[in-house]
Amino acid sequence: MTLSMILAFALLGAFLGLDVVSFPQAMVSRPIVASTLAGTLGGSASDGLLAGVFLEMMALETLPVGASRYPEWGTASVVGGALYVSRTGDATSALLFAMLGAMITAWVGGWSMYVLRRLNGRWTKRALPSLEVGNARIVTWLQMRGIAADLTRGFVLTALALALLVPLTAIAIAQGHGDSATIRAVLVAVAASIAGSAAWKLSHGSKYGPWFFVGGLALGCAMLLRD
Amino acid sequence: MRNAAERLMSTPDTRPLPFLTGARIFVRMLAVQSSWNYETMLGTGIGFSVEPALRALPGGRQGVPYHAALARETHYFNAHPYLAAVAVGALARVELDGAMPPAQIERFRIALCGPLGSVGDRLVWAGWLPFTVLVALLAYGLGAGPVLVPVLFLVLYNAGHVALRIWGLRTGWRHGMRVAGSLATPILRQGPEYLARAVMALCGLALPLASARILGKSNMPIAVIARQSVLGPHALVFLLLAIAALLGVALVKLHGRVDGWRVALLIVVLLALHSVAT
Repeated sequence: MTLSMILAFALLGAFLGLDVVSFPQAMVSRPIVASTLAGTLGGSASDGLLAGVFLEMMALETLPVGASRYPEWGTASVVGGALYVSRTGDATSALLFAMLGAMITAWVGGWSMYVLRRLNGRWTKRALPSLEVGNARIVTWLQMRGIAADLTRGFVLTALALALLVPLTAIAIAQGHGDSATIRAVLVAVAASIAGSAAWKLSHGSKYGPWFFVGGLALGCAMLLRD
Repeated sequence: MRNAAERLMSTPDTRPLPFLTGARIFVRMLAVQSSWNYETMLGTGIGFSVEPALRALPGGRQGVPYHAALARETHYFNAHPYLAAVAVGALARVELDGAMPPAQIERFRIALCGPLGSVGDRLVWAGWLPFTVLVALLAYGLGAGPVLVPVLFLVLYNAGHVALRIWGLRTGWRHGMRVAGSLATPILRQGPEYLARAVMALCGLALPLASARILGKSNMPIAVIARQSVLGPHALVFLLLAIAALLGVALVKLHGRVDGWRVALLIVVLLALHSVAT
């Protein structure tokens, strides 16, 4: 991957990382969108979508609830999509290492959001005297500073992740001898279990919820049997 | 400026929020969490969002009421970011009415935090978001491509997102300090329950179809054998769903103690090590 491509992905990661919390929370940062966009930028939208579907199933259990610390899937999905479309070897091995890279980035991204929030707190504390007299310029300045810092966070995180993971992934794919079909099957089982358990945890308390799940599953399986 | 103030404050029961002021507030609300922090949480964002309305206070931006109100509105606040629109509308109305003492406005702000947080989390994060994600996964499972899947998700999700923010702002403005009653609207009260059922049904439907599309026709020996069975060409999918169900049940049982994505990360790491080592 060339430096200009890394910078292009980093710019995309910056804007999608911003969408996670700061602005505008339109969920462009969801893996199914973010990874497809990264795939499109890298030359294959359908590869980006495939990586995005896997990551989306794993991200389904993450609720961006206020003060909790959670993995940041916006920049992570850009990294995952970019790693997958820029592969140099076997596609399934590349998918495995792209997923691994994306999940590690999501973990680090969650930590970077925590650091940003602490930083925002420090800036707000420092601005308290001006806030207490209702200084509108300081209010706007704090908001804009938060946006700029979050953009920077996403850019740096994506750029560093790609700079580090692209060569590592290439080496790992070259060394990897795992059976492609098995890897893909395990990835599907893991992603499906995370998505299924997430939906169950979110909704099983609803009246007849489990029955709706069983009904949907029966219909889905019936559609496959008729295929 | 005084005319604008009189117009805004005269009969807010019947008069809607002026379009330009409403538009400014709406755009600012999109950035309500930009300076989110563990001390004041959404506080600065609420002040930032409500500020265009405060300009209509007597004396305008230079007036004492404007500065006092803005200072108040930047204090601690926490709620769901979309439903914070209800608070922004209500606080704009209360500040412009000028009938409530400052200490009471502070108490009113704090009282809004809990309901707007819990209702929003249940309706959006635990309901609307997974629902729209699963619609997109279902579309993928049914064969939709890289344009339709993300576009379908974004259009569907944001139709609800934008509508909720606009509804919140208008409702808050219309009801002012009596806004709590509007949170008992059927969509907010029963919506999460209906969405939860839809999420369950969609999850059951989408997972087999999406898994089948990802797997395609596998050449794994077990898949070849399974294909000979009564389950046909997608036998491997059923097998994997059974394995996923076992892992899923374990994750549900460990809810609150182990995050699913951490378990997934561990399995992916082991798989990657196995792939490199063999």
